[in-house]
Amino acid sequence: MRSRASMFGGIAAIAATFVVFVIPFLFIILMAFKDKQQSALRDFSWPNGFHLFDNLYEVIKTRNWMMITAFINSSLITVVSVTLLIVLAAMVGFVLARRKTRWNGLIEFLILAGLMIPPAVVPTIWLLQGLKLFGTLHGMILIQVAYNLPFSIILYRAFIATIPRELDEAAVIDGARPLDVFFRIILPLLWPVTVTNIVVQSVGIFNDFTNPLYYLPGNQNATVQLTLYNFQSQFSTAYNLLFTNILLITIPPLIVFMFFNRQIVAGMTAGAVKG
Amino acid sequence: MTASAVPALKMQRRSLYPGWFYAPAAAVYSVLFLAPTFASLYFSLTRWTLFDATFIGFDNFAQFFREPFLIQGLVNTVIYAVITSGLKVVIGMALAVMLTSQIMARGYLRSVIFFPVLVSTIGVGMTFTVLMHPTLGMINQTLAMIGIQGPGWLVDPKLALFSVALVDVWKGVGLATVIYIAGLVAIPKDYYEAARIDGATKLQNFFYVTLPLSRPATATVITLSFIGGLRTFDLIWAMTKGGPGFASDTVASVIYKQYQAGFYGLSTAGNVVLFILIAVLVVPLTMFLNRKQGHE
Repeated sequence: MRSRASMFGGIAAIAATFVVFVIPFLFIILMAFKDKQQSALRDFSWPNGFHLFDNLYEVIKTRNWMMITAFINSSLITVVSVTLLIVLAAMVGFVLARRKTRWNGLIEFLILAGLMIPPAVVPTIWLLQGLKLFGTLHGMILIQVAYNLPFSIILYRAFIATIPRELDEAAVIDGARPLDVFFRIILPLLWPVTVTNIVVQSVGIFNDFTNPLYYLPGNQNATVQLTLYNFQSQFSTAYNLLFTNILLITIPPLIVFMFFNRQIVAGMTAGAVKG
Repeated sequence: MTASAVPALKMQRRSLYPGWFYAPAAAVYSVLFLAPTFASLYFSLTRWTLFDATFIGFDNFAQFFREPFLIQGLVNTVIYAVITSGLKVVIGMALAVMLTSQIMARGYLRSVIFFPVLVSTIGVGMTFTVLMHPTLGMINQTLAMIGIQGPGWLVDPKLALFSVALVDVWKGVGLATVIYIAGLVAIPKDYYEAARIDGATKLQNFFYVTLPLSRPATATVITLSFIGGLRTFDLIWAMTKGGPGFASDTVASVIYKQYQAGFYGLSTAGNVVLFILIAVLVVPLTMFLNRKQGHE
């Protein structure tokens, strides 16, 4: 009797999550297969014909192949800023976990402040203009590094604290030079938390809309999130193209999700369990 | 050990963990995050064109608390943060309890609940804007089939903010769920064993074992989603742009609108207001959530 009840509960859960979480994605996919006329109805119906490739071509070539530029820009920003984040955060996490000085309290306060405080937008723009970095990819990359450092440092510090200190000393006794201890002994051991960092931060930076909106204006600087606004106008929206675009930019996170599901969850839940 | 060996060892230990390892991160962080934050304290007191700033004292803040639509933005921000974090706690906990029990298709359930976390917020916002259309949207069309006239989710000023908050929960509850799952799995089985011997019911199990012992997870979920809720911009911008009227404006969308309009001083004052709002609400909240239990 009991197992029948739990089976019923299981089926109900599958049905409910299907309606709430899966149907919206099916809707996106169906819309991407439709032509403009049918998509304007915005209903949950089978496409009249196969228009996905036409839509894809249309989406990619719109506004002078903006989608290509956007994918290149977004990939560049993501790859470079995540690389910088990893190196800089690992260095800070290492020294912060190993060396106790009176500055540690201040540094930890600054890290928490970075997680909480909303960035001051206009002063940042003013500063970027002064540094000739406003509206450049370099500037955008450095902004992503600055804003995402605190989270990466926290992940690294927590992980490094679990690596025994004796390892450093043993390496020194075996003749390792001080810098070798970090770059050749510790850094390779950080691989699991580095993967977590790469996955979590790249999804976040790839999906970021607000920061490029403020700091990276201009068509030649478009990032993928901004391309979504190409098909919306006050008078008419090409729904088939809009949803093809949404589908297209959902593919990178989907791939990441399929391969790194475990690391993403590990990274996002880090620190949640210990009190 | 000879006397001269001690300072040598000390020097070596120091360079093993070199202080300059902080330098590159500190440089980027101070220049691009800390400096603008401090600068905002000054520029919020000015009328500012980016080229020159005239000091006007607290006029921007006075305006912020005088204009009804700016006050509404402030109130909306708090409402939005409370609703989203409250719902994420309740639903996230319920889903986590379900997913840690002996339920079928656990992998499927976990995946579909978590995946929206990784999807573009703007994409989600635009999709739900279409689904929530008052007449053509799938939600109201489905409701009409069973004879219910659905509300104007995003066009009714009384409802718009709550509709966006619901979509926020849809997108973010997966994160709350996996945090809770991590917390629930960490509860030692002995507690449930002891409760079973004492003859506890399922409900008692939940309220006297699961709920108190998953408190660190609750603290994380509330803190994360409350800060996220207070700072929210992209979802609101994708769905309503603060409308209809100013019905779903938040401080973050006000900051953007004032920036677009060229009121840089006022926009920066909005930033400072948001900063103070977060500090005033989140610091006591985290202290309350992380306080030690009485017997410790």
